[in-house]
Amino acid sequence: MKLKPCLTALALACAAGASFQANAQEMKAEVIHWWTSGGESAAVKVFAEQFAKAGGTWVDTAIAGGVNARTAAINRVVGGTPPTAMQFNTGKQFDELVENDLLRDVDQVATEQKWKSFMPQAIIDATSRNGKMYAVPVNIHGQNWLWLSKAALEKAGASEPANWDEALVALEKLKAAGLIPLAFSGQKTWERGLFNAVLVGKGGTALWASIHGKRDPAAARSPEFKAVAETYGKLRGYIDPGAPGRNWNDATNLVIQGKAGMQIMGDWAKGEFAAAGQIAGKEFGCAILSNEGGYVMGGDVFAFPKLKDPAQQKAQLALAKVMLEPETQIRFAQKKGSIPVRLDLDVSSLDACAQKAVKLLADKKHQVASQEMLSPPALTGAMEDVISQYWNTPAMTADAFMAKVADVLKQPF
Amino acid sequence: MPLVRHRTASRLAAGLALSPALLVLVVVYLGCTAWTVWISLTSSRMLPNSTFVGLRQYASLMGNERWQVSVANLAVFGSLFLIASLALGFLLAVAIDQRVRAENTLRSIFLYPYSMSFIVTGLVWQWLLNPSFGIEKMVRDFGFPSFRFDWIVRQDMVIYTLVFAAVWHAAGLVMAIMLAGLRGIDEDIWKATRIDGLPAWRVYLSIVIPMLGASFATAAVLLATSVVRLYDLSVAMTNGGPGVASEVPAKFVMDHLFERGNLGLATAAATSMLITVAAVVAPWLVWQSRRTRRAHA
Repeated sequence: MKLKPCLTALALACAAGASFQANAQEMKAEVIHWWTSGGESAAVKVFAEQFAKAGGTWVDTAIAGGVNARTAAINRVVGGTPPTAMQFNTGKQFDELVENDLLRDVDQVATEQKWKSFMPQAIIDATSRNGKMYAVPVNIHGQNWLWLSKAALEKAGASEPANWDEALVALEKLKAAGLIPLAFSGQKTWERGLFNAVLVGKGGTALWASIHGKRDPAAARSPEFKAVAETYGKLRGYIDPGAPGRNWNDATNLVIQGKAGMQIMGDWAKGEFAAAGQIAGKEFGCAILSNEGGYVMGGDVFAFPKLKDPAQQKAQLALAKVMLEPETQIRFAQKKGSIPVRLDLDVSSLDACAQKAVKLLADKKHQVASQEMLSPPALTGAMEDVISQYWNTPAMTADAFMAKVADVLKQPF
Repeated sequence: MPLVRHRTASRLAAGLALSPALLVLVVVYLGCTAWTVWISLTSSRMLPNSTFVGLRQYASLMGNERWQVSVANLAVFGSLFLIASLALGFLLAVAIDQRVRAENTLRSIFLYPYSMSFIVTGLVWQWLLNPSFGIEKMVRDFGFPSFRFDWIVRQDMVIYTLVFAAVWHAAGLVMAIMLAGLRGIDEDIWKATRIDGLPAWRVYLSIVIPMLGASFATAAVLLATSVVRLYDLSVAMTNGGPGVASEVPAKFVMDHLFERGNLGLATAAATSMLITVAAVVAPWLVWQSRRTRRAHA
């Protein structure tokens, strides 16, 4: 029974091999990425299709889990058999590859396509080293969205909050109505995600930059940071006992079912709402909680190892070009739930929340680089440990937490 | 003379047969260990480099709160897990040894958990212990609304839930080893004790347990290895949480090796684990070899 598809695959492989031999200059690109879920693989298919249109062959190496995929890619680069392209998160993950001269820059394509004219500065900075761009940013993910259930808010008689003070009022009302006020997934990453949403929303973008960007221990001792720590601490009172260890999508489902009022989660949560047949602005709402704005931008990039084969080099440049073409960008964003990294496109075909995001990002002051862009993984991890300890130890005072954060910021990462 | 030549030849053959294993041992095992120790003395982050920084990584490791918690957790987990598994396994074996009916079925049931990986065990116990749909919810629904069993979400208790799951996993194995030991005890001893009129518990305590020394040692060594490499259970059950309350050293190493791109710190932690194990094992080895020598003398 299983033999037939196997044989077909073999025949196809032979055909591919034959055609490859027939045309040695054919552009073949092996791409390592970690997009394996339904929406993600649909999105990555857009890249493959567009690349095929440009005359290339996409060889898909999908490895589940970001850490695994990155480890595999780095091992292959160090081991001397690099892929044509490999995925990273926008930020510091590929720093050392650049330092060790293992990546090629993509400045040629960047200048040709005038990337700097339509990309947020923070994204350009996050992919540039020594004035050269070393990766192709392909999308922007908003990390600090608030998702809310309109039904739950109505039931509790609460209004949609615009900032953290209003959110606390709404949470109190939801609690009084017997609902789970804040849907939460108690895993370290999301504890940090919630903290970061409070940090940028309550503390503001300047404080964000001094903590995550300048790593200034004094900022961790400021009264503004104390207000952030206290607000974050208060949120513990609005989660349900089942939160620890819960997956983020299970928390989103509580909002979808109207059992919980709201959740802080990145825009990948939209996929869950879409899968449940809910529409943005109708059944659920989305907002960035902030007094002064501040959209925390994460995202993905593709980096290109240095290769000797000229056909491969050609494929790399072609890939870089294809990934940023307007059509690719829009189609990719539709599937992925993110927004295009180009801010010069017509986004009317995207959902209401994505349109909101693009509108926000039009103003430079809302463009906030994510923690991953500003600090190396080791520092992000150490901060995560401290945040997680504070969240899970209600007896810990805000001052004790601030001292710990200051300590981490002092360490030489 | 021919005898000597014969012996040399057979020694040579044995040596040849063993040499690949020896090579693997030296290159892979010792080589990698040496490399790990060397990396822990450098400033390596995501990629290995050779900038020597002395014991700086160890200094920051010792000051790292998560590492301190991990080590303390391993000590608590290790001692409780060893004691509880040995005790429970022994009691199960004694119970089955009473010529119960359906002995084979019972033995399979008790041994069954051991056939599952720690990942599966961890997930099962995560569900069972989850306060919103596990044991706590069930008992509450039965009409005890104030029943509380939320150890898995409490920082001070979570490490004991890991012990539960691990004991559940390993007790069957201990039972199997103990049962084999019990079956090896001569029937005549039991007859003799019956003539003497000794109560059964007294026989187990004073005669059977001392005779089962080898079985206990085997079981303890097997259990001890799973203590040191404890990783998957913590990942599957709590992922180190809440906070850092159920972190363990092996997870510290893995997280810092891969996710956090901090080879220096990770290898320093790995080396510390190695030193600790060596510190425990070395005296035992010395004692063993002395004993063997004395036996030969």
